[in-house]
Amino acid sequence: MTLTLDSHIPDGPLEDKWDNYKFDLKLVAPNNRRKFEVIVVGTGLAGAAAAATLGEMGYNVKVFTYHDSPRRAHSIAAQGGINSAKNYRNDGDSVFRLFYDTIKGGDYRSREANVYRLAQVSLNIIDQCAAQGVPFAREYGGLLDNRSFGGAQVARTFYARGQTGQQLLLGAYQALARQIHLGTVTLHNRTEMLDVVVKDGRAVGITTRDLLTGELEAHSGHAVMLCTGGYGNVYYLSTNAMACNATAIWRAHRKGAAFANPCYTQIHPTCIPPADETQSKLTLMSESLRNDGRIWVPTGHEDERRAVDIPEDERDYYLERKYPSFGNLVPRDVASRNAKTVVDEGRGVGPLHNGVFLDFADAIQRHGRDTIEERYGNLFDMYERITGENPYQTPMRIYPATHYTMGGLWVDYNLQTSIPGLFALGECNFSDHGANRLGASALMQGLSDGYFVGPSTVAGYLANWLGTDAVPTDDKAFTESLDQTGGRVDQLMSVNGTSSVDHYHRELGKIVWDYCGMSRNAAGLQKALTEIPALREQFWADVRVPGRADGVNQSLENALRVADFMELAELKVRDALHREESCGGHFREESQTEEGEAKRDDENFSYVAAWEWGGEDIQRDAVLNKEPLEFERVELTQRSYK
Amino acid sequence: MSKVLELTLEVWRQDGPGTKGAFETYTVEIPDDASFLEMLDKVNENLFQAGQEPITFDHDCREGICGSCGVMIDGQAHGPQKGTATCQLHMRQFSDGQTIRVEPWRAAGFPIIKDLMVNRAAFDRIVESGGYITVTTGAAPDANEIPVPKDAADSAMDAAACIGCGACVAACPNSAANLFTAAKMQHLNQLPQGQAERWRRSESMVETMEEFFGSCTNHGECQEACPKEITIDFIAMMNRDYLRSKLVNRRRLGERKIG
Amino acid sequence: MVRDNTTLGAFREQDRFVINTGRSPTISPISHKRRRTGMTQAIERPGADAPVVNKPKPSKRPWPVEFATSAVGMKWIMALSGLALIGFVLAHAFGNLKVYFGAEDFDHYAESLRTLLYPIVPKTWVLWGMRIGLIVAFGAHIGSAIALTRINQKARPVRYQSPRNYIAANFASRSMRWTGIIVALFVLFHLADLTWGFANPDFVRGDAYANLVASFDRLPVAIFYMLANIALGIHLFHGTWSMFQSMGINSPRYNSARRWIAGLVAAAITVVNVSFPLAVTFGVVG
Repeated sequence: MTLTLDSHIPDGPLEDKWDNYKFDLKLVAPNNRRKFEVIVVGTGLAGAAAAATLGEMGYNVKVFTYHDSPRRAHSIAAQGGINSAKNYRNDGDSVFRLFYDTIKGGDYRSREANVYRLAQVSLNIIDQCAAQGVPFAREYGGLLDNRSFGGAQVARTFYARGQTGQQLLLGAYQALARQIHLGTVTLHNRTEMLDVVVKDGRAVGITTRDLLTGELEAHSGHAVMLCTGGYGNVYYLSTNAMACNATAIWRAHRKGAAFANPCYTQIHPTCIPPADETQSKLTLMSESLRNDGRIWVPTGHEDERRAVDIPEDERDYYLERKYPSFGNLVPRDVASRNAKTVVDEGRGVGPLHNGVFLDFADAIQRHGRDTIEERYGNLFDMYERITGENPYQTPMRIYPATHYTMGGLWVDYNLQTSIPGLFALGECNFSDHGANRLGASALMQGLSDGYFVGPSTVAGYLANWLGTDAVPTDDKAFTESLDQTGGRVDQLMSVNGTSSVDHYHRELGKIVWDYCGMSRNAAGLQKALTEIPALREQFWADVRVPGRADGVNQSLENALRVADFMELAELKVRDALHREESCGGHFREESQTEEGEAKRDDENFSYVAAWEWGGEDIQRDAVLNKEPLEFERVELTQRSYK
Repeated sequence: MSKVLELTLEVWRQDGPGTKGAFETYTVEIPDDASFLEMLDKVNENLFQAGQEPITFDHDCREGICGSCGVMIDGQAHGPQKGTATCQLHMRQFSDGQTIRVEPWRAAGFPIIKDLMVNRAAFDRIVESGGYITVTTGAAPDANEIPVPKDAADSAMDAAACIGCGACVAACPNSAANLFTAAKMQHLNQLPQGQAERWRRSESMVETMEEFFGSCTNHGECQEACPKEITIDFIAMMNRDYLRSKLVNRRRLGERKIG
Repeated sequence: MVRDNTTLGAFREQDRFVINTGRSPTISPISHKRRRTGMTQAIERPGADAPVVNKPKPSKRPWPVEFATSAVGMKWIMALSGLALIGFVLAHAFGNLKVYFGAEDFDHYAESLRTLLYPIVPKTWVLWGMRIGLIVAFGAHIGSAIALTRINQKARPVRYQSPRNYIAANFASRSMRWTGIIVALFVLFHLADLTWGFANPDFVRGDAYANLVASFDRLPVAIFYMLANIALGIHLFHGTWSMFQSMGINSPRYNSARRWIAGLVAAAITVVNVSFPLAVTFGVVG
């Protein structure tokens, strides 16, 4: 069976679509809202914002997080900033320009209507956050400061020191806290969602595990909103938090939600390279460092000398050499790929030869140490804490790491997945970033979905169900889901093999990183497609989960997550293999220009690949559905940064 | 180049909230460029190999911002390095052959869940009682409508940097949460946007805090333990606001607390 | 709910289903009462909901009562009463310097305290007013200290099982309780010795100078007096600084001065007060 993917894009001119659509949407009257139960999973920017907003409107909201507090979601770690087309700088920014930049930055693999709405809503987000007391950077006149970010030609990025994500999340969390206090929202902390419950083709609730007692619980609602973030941890080492996982969206996928473009992953160029085998995660260093730092490697291979001992003529400033006009400020994917190339050539630096230098010596000489300290002082301190090296004296070592996943659950203009009643907001959907995300746009999308889009469109769905109760949790749909989930837990606990969950996660990460990382080719992807199922089989035969299932058991939590990553990885590689073009974060070696740059194939691949669950043998059974992308307002061009 | 440290660890193991715990001794070899939590990962890996149950501890982002992690390391919250959360603490701060004692936060307001994991829900209750500015989604005026003096914005940001890890409570000889509460409160109280609810907020947050935690005796330990180096100046500001809230709060008789 | 631990991870059918709200109806009943009316989140999950430590205060009390029973309010009371006591100690020490002018001057000064503002008000009224003020300040200071100590003990019922390594907390701040008790005991002795007189065999009412000399001629009394005043100095070193914090007297403009002021107050009082027994012992006075 093939899904019918109706994106529900409204008619009319791009500029009016959202306004017209909001007018056409069915409404739920204020006195009727309390009759609806809405389940929100996740308390990051999208989840906290959506739960708070729905609570304010008067719905009965249940919000779930596996953390002890909603404030700990990984949105908190975003550093750089949030874009908004306010044009406070008078430098030519506009809603249309933000829209255009986002479409172009996404390498023309996203929907015009969704992206335009995102750009429109970006204006309201800043208003909302400023009113909530988010301490954005200000000028002496008291008005908001902006900076240019990620190579954008306008200064449209609002920021709160290097902690923008934290401050925006705290704003949303505080709004949520108010609703929890008022009783419109019920918080279920330390509770992890393990399944979506579907009855008669629509989502009616979720199955969760109480992480303290291990109890499985059923929760029913009129609508379910997943705000569960990306799947970057499929690589094991990434800048995602340790607990970030894809279980919620993967379980939804297995229940019938299409998964779109799983191969689109963003690799961030400026992370600290792993130090040794014990490394558990990677730390991002703000991209702003590339404004002043110069990236280089030695010309010779396996150079063991200290950076200061390498003379100028034996240094290769490869980005400045290859891209004279953009230099060190080329987009993320280009910077990342080039770093990989030089490291693969054996010219990497550091004890493990796994990084490139980001050198501030020239900047310190030009601006003075004080200026550099003022700009990057806390980043330099953080680098020194982690590596023990002083970046004022010796160049930083950086290497790309997985950072963000553009792919996710397929959603229509309502942010509704292909299962009616199941919505996906924020990073866990695929909708706005195409094949590559612009800097400072993730926060914008999470808040846009959470504050403004989701709460409006969910009403249009709920209005259909006025007068009906949520499906009771003793319904067969729930008991079946509980049985299946319990069975999965039992199975994991009973394997009792020899290797730890982390071992398998690390192995999986290596395969995906090697063959489906910064650059991909058919042979490698095919190899991965044989290795991943084999590893998955081995996992289910040999993993050992210590402890008990009826209490706090972090190994079990992790095992459930890794089990789903095993399956997701296969679909991701499958998708990467099928997309025989390079676009944004997806670089196929077979599809490049003569200069070695990414080459799109608009004729054959200008569509969203929405995969449908077909069965356990993912390579064979996954069904590809294509949603063609039509561009009315922008002209497709090839990117060039020469 | 990294060197390998041989360490002896005494880690607090406790099965559950009601049960008795004790220190268990483990030895571990770890490269000095691993983080403290990676060292605990290694201990857990060893425990796994030996067929024992791993140590439970809260952690997530491992870049010092989510506030999940935090243990007492040799009697200091988050260990010996100033301004550093446990996840950002690296093993080069320790020396070969050292014995390190690891213990959970201890406070009545932070009951132990298991091993090094504690329940910090009391912090959420404090924020819920007033640590917000009421602004319904969509109701906000233009962001530049209200100018905020840069100094106020910067100082608010200093307070807002709090990651809610609980080190202030853990380090305080009295288990007081004044630094946390003051930081959350003064973030909002210093901003023009926060003025409308200022007195209700001050009153409500202080009184909710006192349901869970001890009182401040101005030792200043919290400020030393804080991974974000938040200053106790905010506690002084909170004390002032609390008195003023009692004097100037115009809430009607009989109406209590925010909400 | 206690699961059968022997069947590892095996879910019994009846355990798995929780109807409607999803909250288990059978979790063990550890302090599961609602925190406050109007709160939707009851304490049902001991590891995830906030614990009950101090009972919420009853609502609808007059605001001064609310203030005075809150910990922050009690710190205000500590600070204000402390300020009054510092004022007294400073004035008392300064006045006593008259002892170096000889018996006549000193006795005259002592007598003048009884006739302050006389004849505007009757004799000893002002003195009694000050005494009552002091008693109130002492009572408030000690009462708040006891109440706060109780709160703090309750806030950490299980102590750290490994030694603490303090960074900022100094000897003064951590010994407030003990220096406070020493000073309180000393005040009682001091009154018995030099005001009421029953602790001083040579006490003669109205003969302040001779009483003082007679008292300090006993070496143990002189030593106790000195130790108590050192304790007072230590108490004031933290107390004065702490007072600024508790009263919210804090600004980057003068924050650095607060430690200096605390140090000066503590040092001045200790030096002046310790000088009296020394002067008597070494015959400078007497």
